[in-house]
Amino acid sequence: MGWARKILRVNLTAGTVKVEPLNMEWAQKYLGSRGLGTKYLVEEIDPKVDPLSPDNKLIFATGPLTGTMASTGGRYTVITKGALTGAIACSNSGGFFGAELKFAGWDMIIFEGKAPSPVFLFVEDGNARLLPADHLWGKSVWDTEHAIKAELQDPLVRVSTIGVAGEKGVKYACIVNDLHRAAGRSGVGTVMGSKNLKAVAVRGTEGVKVRDFLGFLKASETAKGVLAGNAVTGQGLPTYGTQVLMNVINETGAMPTRNHRDIQFEGAHKISAEAMAEKRPTDGKPNLVANQACFGCTIACGRVSMIDKTHYTVVNRPQYWGASGGLEYEAAWALGSNTGVDDLEALTFANFICNEQGFDPISFGATVSAAMELYETGALTKEQTGGIELRFGSAEALTQIAELTGKGEGFGAEIGLGSKRLCEKYGHPEFHMGVKGQEFPAYDSRGIQGMGLTYATSNRGACHLRSYTVASEVLGIPEKTDPLATDGKAGLVKAFQDATAAFDSAGICIFTSFAWTLQDVAPQVDAAIEGGWSVDRMVETGERIWNLERQFNLAAGFTAADDTLPKRLLSEPATSGPAKGRVNDLAKMLPEYYDIRGWTTDGVPTNETLARLAL
Amino acid sequence: MEIVVKLYATLAQHLPPGAKQNQTRLDLPDDATPAHVIGRLNMAREKCHLVLVNGVYVAPSQLDRHPLKPGDAVAMWPPVAGG
Repeated sequence: MGWARKILRVNLTAGTVKVEPLNMEWAQKYLGSRGLGTKYLVEEIDPKVDPLSPDNKLIFATGPLTGTMASTGGRYTVITKGALTGAIACSNSGGFFGAELKFAGWDMIIFEGKAPSPVFLFVEDGNARLLPADHLWGKSVWDTEHAIKAELQDPLVRVSTIGVAGEKGVKYACIVNDLHRAAGRSGVGTVMGSKNLKAVAVRGTEGVKVRDFLGFLKASETAKGVLAGNAVTGQGLPTYGTQVLMNVINETGAMPTRNHRDIQFEGAHKISAEAMAEKRPTDGKPNLVANQACFGCTIACGRVSMIDKTHYTVVNRPQYWGASGGLEYEAAWALGSNTGVDDLEALTFANFICNEQGFDPISFGATVSAAMELYETGALTKEQTGGIELRFGSAEALTQIAELTGKGEGFGAEIGLGSKRLCEKYGHPEFHMGVKGQEFPAYDSRGIQGMGLTYATSNRGACHLRSYTVASEVLGIPEKTDPLATDGKAGLVKAFQDATAAFDSAGICIFTSFAWTLQDVAPQVDAAIEGGWSVDRMVETGERIWNLERQFNLAAGFTAADDTLPKRLLSEPATSGPAKGRVNDLAKMLPEYYDIRGWTTDGVPTNETLARLAL
Repeated sequence: MEIVVKLYATLAQHLPPGAKQNQTRLDLPDDATPAHVIGRLNMAREKCHLVLVNGVYVAPSQLDRHPLKPGDAVAMWPPVAGG
């Protein structure tokens, strides 16, 4: 109930598929999706394994609410050891694929080994088989999805696939489902490509059962009412999407600009949600054409955009004239303010390319910005970039590099290394803006202090989706805290981290947390599955998952020394805005965080903590 | 005194015609507060969810008390979020 109680184990080396019962003892401790998938990974791989070795595994995991009537209950998580970071990677995605996998009757698919030649997996309810994918190798995400649907003669099949970026070893390649929803971060698509696994296609018709049907209907309906009645999830997100943050964060003075050299971007208004809704002078049409919902979502924050057909990026290229996945805030920031580019159409085009070829626009944009700094300081020459003038503010350079990176060609192959490897290669490791090898998302932690602690301690490397304290520090959700203060941030970060792990593991979208607390989630989970799921149990489960991820990273070789930020954020004061003159005061927050977590001063969970969490 | 007002998302409809980049200038009395701005532009107070003066948050309880200075930038949003 809630859980399908069945997992599919695919040995790519041997070409076999096998059905196994779900380990229900683990399910009761780790819930599902991110948590349960992590437990399987931790039990089955050597933490020191090379992420691109056949000995690494790749897990697609649904949660107990995936495929149910719970709002946003369509998510699945991909768990592996990350190609970009070497840390635990767990990237979740919306769209419709996750629900379809659950409809087919599966909690999880575990891929192990490496196929001798390209394959894709086709799951049709209880039947699964590996099929040749030589003819798909070299195809984009978009072409692969169309080709698989045609080959299987079923337009209702849901496809999750890598693009060329994942085949070529771009370190931050995504796995993209439903054309433009992605398990985006940490290089999960790179791992998939290393296994010669091109795609997973699923058709499910079995539905999902819950423990207490009437109780679940009541709980999910009540919770949907909370989302609809909340001004953020009921009105703000559907109307403006995440991109409304562009001006908010810029005004707050926490907008990383030009590889974090600045903290406010003079062109923010040109690439904001408001700009996307304005009619263009060139064709009289707005960039934004619609919003879009994932499976079961009653928020519908997704953006659908069309590029101006006269824009230099798409002239005579009708394949990019249609409506497709538009800019979310993270992509708009990374491709825009961080590279100094304020051409909205160029950013939209670069975002299309990221979706088409399957690579993370955050890490890509951040790596381009690092390369621009290398170029402008003379560490990188025009000869080395293949003739591209990689200057901050150059839309042409950005879009040209996007196309090269997606195909792993020319200097794009270098950008595909990610900023850490790129900056080390060209002699300036200090230009890498990230943690544990993963590039920062869209908040400069000199202006939002809690996000510095969030980034430093994130188990998958720099990430806003492990504990989005921006909600509290900037937006006042659930209550307002001072973004420039450090007091209380250790507890705030821990609370967000544990709750987020619980949301993720249930199989729902973290954006519900702008209106929901675990008090809204627990009744839905409890009605869906056995075991008695209270708020306290959800919190404890989240904390257990966080510590499990931490243990994996420690065993992989990470230490407290990796819980840090780049020197620029710790010692170069912000240049403008309310945070002018401030650095991130991580040292004031980190020891308290370790203490609250029940970890040693070296960041290792104590025996008491492990025992308390039954780890 | 003159201040800069920036209205975003659905609040932008309260900007005077011809306003660019979501902002305009307002002449206000010397003792003006953010509440004066809200009243002058005929906005519903409950819609002005996030109010920043020079990028610094002003709590709802302080909208009548926070003194504005000449040249201040007052930015406002309805309830919004992202990530």
